[in-house]
Parts: sequence; structure tokens; C-alpha cells
Amino acid sequence: MSDHDHHEDKPGVSRRKVLECMTWAGTGVLWTISGGVPRSLGLVDSALAAEPAGLTFLQISDSHVGFDKPANPNALGTLEEAINRVKAIPVKPSFMIHTGDISHLSKAAEFDDADRIISQAKLDVHYVPGEHDFLDEEVKFYKERYGKGAKGAGWYSFDANGVHFIGLVNVVDLKAGGLGNLGAEQLAWLEDDLKGKSTSTPIVVFAHIPLWTVYPQWGWGTEDGARALDYLKGFGSVTVLNGHIHQVMQKVEGNVTFHTARSTAFPQPAPGTAPSPGPMKVEDSKLRTLLGVASINFKPGDQRLAIIDTPLQG
Amino acid sequence: MMSVTLRSLGRLAIAAAISLCLGGAHAYAEDANPTTNVTIDNFTFAPAELTVKVGTTVTWTNHDDIPHTVVSAGKFRSKTLDTDNSFSFTFTAAGDYKYFCSLHPHMTGMIKVE
Repeated sequence: MSDHDHHEDKPGVSRRKVLECMTWAGTGVLWTISGGVPRSLGLVDSALAAEPAGLTFLQISDSHVGFDKPANPNALGTLEEAINRVKAIPVKPSFMIHTGDISHLSKAAEFDDADRIISQAKLDVHYVPGEHDFLDEEVKFYKERYGKGAKGAGWYSFDANGVHFIGLVNVVDLKAGGLGNLGAEQLAWLEDDLKGKSTSTPIVVFAHIPLWTVYPQWGWGTEDGARALDYLKGFGSVTVLNGHIHQVMQKVEGNVTFHTARSTAFPQPAPGTAPSPGPMKVEDSKLRTLLGVASINFKPGDQRLAIIDTPLQG
Repeated sequence: MMSVTLRSLGRLAIAAAISLCLGGAHAYAEDANPTTNVTIDNFTFAPAELTVKVGTTVTWTNHDDIPHTVVSAGKFRSKTLDTDNSFSFTFTAAGDYKYFCSLHPHMTGMIKVE
């Protein structure tokens, strides 16, 4: 009876649902054939399922653990969903980077909760801080937990599979009216860090706030980012990975690929489409299509790293 | 009742007239602890510029879902203000106090203290 009423009221809904299911099932079957891996096991698509050569690592960002406002009352829950996705990847990535705003208010409990969930991925995680990770009174929690062995406020570099990774901090000592800030000390360190590196070395730079100017009216850019990019000019392959703006954006300029990742907590509006860059409340059913993780694959010989963004759903 | 109200209105009118005669400074001096508010909505301080008298206490309240701070270099610095948290500062010296949010530095404001 109620079934009948339902069909009478919204004749299109169930039919569309059925079609959606068919599409999904079809895709799953297709990928099982092409990739040899069922979609339900895969993080993303055939590109990843087809056993990548070289180095694969993941990027997660802006988990804002502790955030509980209407845009997502359970940011820890969606972080866990993201980590579950990571755990299900058929080919284990080499490591993960987290591009900042691990916590929402830098509370010890927030960092504890984040660690408890993220560690379930059983991957090495290389962090850089967001401005939300330096809010504790003594500004010590981030450094104690993630910044050991790093320079200054937490910058460092490391090598993996012939790729040079550089984690930068552009969220401290911000100037009134300005954007993100690297500062003279960090820039000098960067110049020194790159000295003597062969220009054929692929470089991956990661930092919280976009290093290029996305939208200065909302502070989405880095005041002295261009100086950092100057040092990277001579290199054949440079990939810049950022967070902060809670949406995917990509730009290619010469040999430099810029990319921002989704948040695992809440989406933010596209530049200029809202009165402010604050958390964007969307329909519950849409939230997970706007949150997610990124997977980055580097194949030796390829100029550009392949970046695949995967929403938590859809 | 009516006559009392009218009488107090009359008194108010006289007081207001006296204030006008003696100028604004007198009116402020009568209020020993003036207070005023700045709100934070949509990553914006409102009003962005505010003129107050020496001795005024200004209270900032954050209505955003994102934390902010209120920082005037060398003058005052709030703790991190989560949603609906407030910070107050009493201005005891004249001058222009430019301030900003140290997390979102494109957010700026100024208190002019006379």
C-alpha cells in the first residue's frame, strides 16, 4: 500500500535509482575485467587498479578533527571513511602526505583522535602544518608530535624512489593584509636544499596554503610563494601539492603542476561564489562527493605525476 | 504614570541639550566605562573601522564556524576565538590601532581612539 503510494507520488525516483544501480554494477564489472580488481576494493579507477609502476603515494588534507558544525557534524567520521578507502587500495602506496589542518583547534584530544584514525592506514605519514594546527596556547603540540627533526616551524625534505620531496610551512608569522608566508629563513633553507640537485630530479613540494595565488581576496595564496618557485625553475618536473581551500584545483605552468586536494572534513565554496570562504553546508547526500583523498603516481621517465582525486562517494 | 514619563522625557531632553551645548566630549565623560562591539561574520570585522573615546572597552565576537583571532602588533592579541567566543580590550591611550586575524590575515580592521 505505502509502496504503491510512493510510486504514485514520485514515479521517477525508483526508476532512476534502478538505473543508477545498473550503471554502478556495470562499471564494477567492467573494471573487474580491465583492472583485474573489483571496484569495491579499489580506491579509485582503472588507472590505479592497473598496478602502477614506480612510486605511488597518497595525499590527504584538512581533516579538521574536532570540527562539529552544520557543514559536517562528524569530521572524525569522514576522516575514518577516507582512511578506510586508503586501507582498501589494492596496491599499497609507499606513504601518505597530510597537507595540514589535522585538527580544528589544536587540542591534544583532537590530535590524539586524528592519530588514532590515520595510523590505521599503516602507512608512513609526512605532515606539514595548517594554521589550525598552531592554535594551542604554547604552540607546541604540532612540533612535539609531527615536527621532530624538522627545521623552523616544521619544514624538511626527503627522497623516495628518486623523487625529492619538500614539505614547507606557510602558515606562521602571517602579516596583516597578506597571504600565506614562507619567510626568509625557510626560503634560504630551500635554496640550500636544492643546491647541487640534478635538474632531472623530479620535485614534489607540499604545503598547506596554495603556493600560487588562487584568490587573494580570500587569502588563498602565498605572499612569497613566487620566490620558492624561482628556485624550482630549472627543474624538469615540479609538482606542488596543497590543501587549505577544501576543493580540487589544478594548474599547469611550464614544468610546474599545481594541485590542491579535497578536505576530509567539509567543502569550501569556489572562489568568489559565496560571501566568505567559510565551511559550505551542502545537502547531507552530497557531502561525501565533495570530500576525499588524492593518489599520486610517479612513473620514472614521465614528466608529470599522475594525480587522481577520489571523492568519498560518487 | 503619564506625567512621570513626560517629566523624565523632559529631563532627558534637557540633558541632551546640555550635552549638545558642551560638546560630545562631555557626553562620553559621563559614561565612565563605555563599551562597544565588533562582530566577526563571513571572515569580516564589522564595523571594519570604529572610532571610540579613551577608556572604551571593545568586545569582538566571532560568529563564524571557523576560529579567528584579533591581533594588533605590540598592542593586544586575543586567544583563538572559536564560534561565539569573545575578546575584550580597553583602550587607555589615544591612537590608531590597526588589527587583523593572524589566521586569515586578509581580515583587517582599525579602532581609532580619540
